Amino acid sequence: MKVLLRNPRREVTVAGNRRVKEILRELDILPETVLVIRGDDLVTADQVVRDDEVIELRPVMSGGRR
Amino acid sequence: MKCRRCGGTATLELRRHNAAFCADDFLEFFRNQVREAIRRHRMFARDERVLVAVSGGKDSLALWDVLIDEGYDTSGLYLDLGIFDYSVESRTKCETFAARRGVPLIVRRVADEVGAPVPVIKQVTRRPPCSGCGLSKRYLMNRTALEHGLAVVATGHNLDDEAATLFGSVMHWQTDALPRQSPALASTHPKLVRRVKPLYRLSERETAAYAFLRRIDYIVEECPFAAGATSIAHKEVLNRLEDASPGAKHNFLFGFLEKARPAFERAEGVTLQECVRCGQVTTSTVCAFCKLADQVKRAAASAGAGADR
Repeated sequence: MKVLLRNPRREVTVAGNRRVKEILRELDILPETVLVIRGDDLVTADQVVRDDEVIELRPVMSGGRR
Repeated sequence: MKCRRCGGTATLELRRHNAAFCADDFLEFFRNQVREAIRRHRMFARDERVLVAVSGGKDSLALWDVLIDEGYDTSGLYLDLGIFDYSVESRTKCETFAARRGVPLIVRRVADEVGAPVPVIKQVTRRPPCSGCGLSKRYLMNRTALEHGLAVVATGHNLDDEAATLFGSVMHWQTDALPRQSPALASTHPKLVRRVKPLYRLSERETAAYAFLRRIDYIVEECPFAAGATSIAHKEVLNRLEDASPGAKHNFLFGFLEKARPAFERAEGVTLQECVRCGQVTTSTVCAFCKLADQVKRAAASAGAGADR
């Protein structure tokens, strides 16, 4: 399955037919830091993503101050 | 995972609340949190006009969206920082949103007000870009509100922003900054408008989810100057803690607001006066904004003299 990532924009392929939480763990992404988007919907970490599906992991962090 | 309220399929899990919601019930949860923030801190009354500072990002546009739906009389303020394509795109997002919702948007260009855009200010001051940017934003928000006769400015600061700021202040024990960290800062001078943060009860993941579910077209790309910012590093640390212990950020911020802030508030005592140059409020004779504009002018003059030689 394909996973779209941002900042920078890129695409990675990982094994599908797994729960979202397992995909996040493999990519070392904390659930708190992204929205998991499938089509027009958000999906929770317990949902299974099929091998032929695409999800976007959209970062939610914003701002900057030094 | 099931929605806590209706039992339907959940779209978002909120671990710190030990809950999950479907889209409709999450949106209602979100609006309730904003209502509670406004009520608890008496941020503004029903008949007050509110200036909403918008950046084109998820937080400020989500805030504006909620306030419009709640029936408040709002105007948006977009400050064009002049940060290359990022500013062009973020301005378009704000203008599109305002047109779609039929609400007024005021646009100010930092380059017109300070004499140079943020990237040039960064070079001139030799300070991190967020420094001159934040200073200009706070100054121009207040002055624009005064010029338009608005008594309150609302910003899209969320729980993560507030927790990261608090973390930074505590790391350096900036005790002068602690009393100023509040969801609502009252006007303490006739030329200082009230500043409020109605999203302080909501995490940035929640504001992102709200913006997504409301189909708000916001700028997802990060400000090019934000990479490496200290506040981002602090957010990452706090997210690690949150992952290990859901509710950590909430407890850190809310514990401070309820238990610790009053002690620092009592200790604070600053004298406010009007800047002899622009008349805006400052703690010194000439305000930091005028000093920054002077610095930009001097650099431009010296660059011009250099070019003449």
